[in-house]
Amino acid sequence: MILMEWLQFVLGVAFLLAGVGVFAVQVFGVFKFDYVLNRMHAAAMGDTLGIGISLAGLIILSGWNFASLKMALIIVFLWNASPVSSHLTARLEAVTNPHLERCCEMEEGVTEHIWDEDQKEIIYADKTRRRNDGCI
Amino acid sequence: MSRKISEEEYKRQRIVRMKHWLSGEKDLYLDNMEVIPYGEYKPDKKQMELYEHDRDEVMTRTYDTEHNRVYRFFQRFYKMAAVLCCVALILILAVEVSYLPPVGSASNPASNEVAAKYIEDGLQDTGAVNIVTGMILDYRAFDTFGESNVLFIATCTVLILMRNDKKKGKGSAEDEERRDSFYEPKKDAILQMGARILVPIIMLFGIYIILNGHLSPGGGFSGGAVIGAGLILYLNAFGFEKTERFFTEKTYKTVSFGALLFYCLAKSYSFYTGAHHLESGISLGTPGAVISSGLILPLNICVGLVVACTMYAFFALFRKGGF
Repeated sequence: MILMEWLQFVLGVAFLLAGVGVFAVQVFGVFKFDYVLNRMHAAAMGDTLGIGISLAGLIILSGWNFASLKMALIIVFLWNASPVSSHLTARLEAVTNPHLERCCEMEEGVTEHIWDEDQKEIIYADKTRRRNDGCI
Repeated sequence: MSRKISEEEYKRQRIVRMKHWLSGEKDLYLDNMEVIPYGEYKPDKKQMELYEHDRDEVMTRTYDTEHNRVYRFFQRFYKMAAVLCCVALILILAVEVSYLPPVGSASNPASNEVAAKYIEDGLQDTGAVNIVTGMILDYRAFDTFGESNVLFIATCTVLILMRNDKKKGKGSAEDEERRDSFYEPKKDAILQMGARILVPIIMLFGIYIILNGHLSPGGGFSGGAVIGAGLILYLNAFGFEKTERFFTEKTYKTVSFGALLFYCLAKSYSFYTGAHHLESGISLGTPGAVISSGLILPLNICVGLVVACTMYAFFALFRKGGF
């Protein structure tokens, strides 16, 4: 029984430390990178992987009860919400940046027109819009 | 006996004029006030020359770092002074903090008989298990009423500032182009899928927080904020065509006004009977049940409605200039 408790403690603390490590990488990445897509990648990583591992550690530490069920629900909620918001950030950048090809590798002609199925119209990056801030 | 009056006489009656004024058909001030329309803007040549001269002077003399000693001095000592001010402020505040009484001490000015009364008699007086809700919606209900009114007034102010007065229907293509919202991702499939999963859960959670305000931490303000966030997510995913089916300006007016009016009437009645030591006739119920603690549950619902409507209205006004 004591062995099980020790195993639970060690596993929980290991998961928590791993989660904190992921958070550290996230913070480092958000402040290190300049371009929005790179920063978005770093930030989204902390919101999904970091919080998932940390809460898994807390679930292991607290055992099988109602609080751990709530934490599992938090994981489900964040895994639904965070990737969607990251996707929206990336899409806004792709739509509004007229010189996307200078900032990242991409297929030829993708910025020229993005066909929107629902609206039946071409969403394009407006070249006349002045945006001289480069890849930020 | 009834007597017909002439139409002109009828129109001159105060109640009819009030009705006209309320519906905005006639401006009563129009006859008495003199309004001079602006003429066409003509730039004054002398003024323009003076302005340009001033601008050149500023650029050449004030920002001349080599010869302007004051500017150089300012540049050099500005950062140092800022750091010094910050350090001085931190020191003063730190000294102040060290003089604060210890947390939880019985002789603190905060722990007087009022707090003790709330904690001891709160459950008996209000019937709410959550003492905080019992405090803000029973003992200090007028305070909360003022806060709800502040939200309503804030929405009115934003409405005055941000309202887009154009008639419905799309403007010219240029106008559409100029708007920032033109470039927002519209009808994103991934966002729609996420919203389809999340919005019902968020709404349910908000309703749960409001209905359990007197039993567990939460209440009208937090629950209303959650519901408002759910509405905003729904709006972002599915656009204004979907939300206009159930939430228009009229809905906002009706819901907010109804909630505030009910709050005002209910609390006036309760204070009136309380001040005159009358029986209010509102039973407190068994503490712990969902339908208990008298007026607190309906008041919580009112506050939640006002907060949710305010959040949604802010978002809609700032994004489109209308609902």
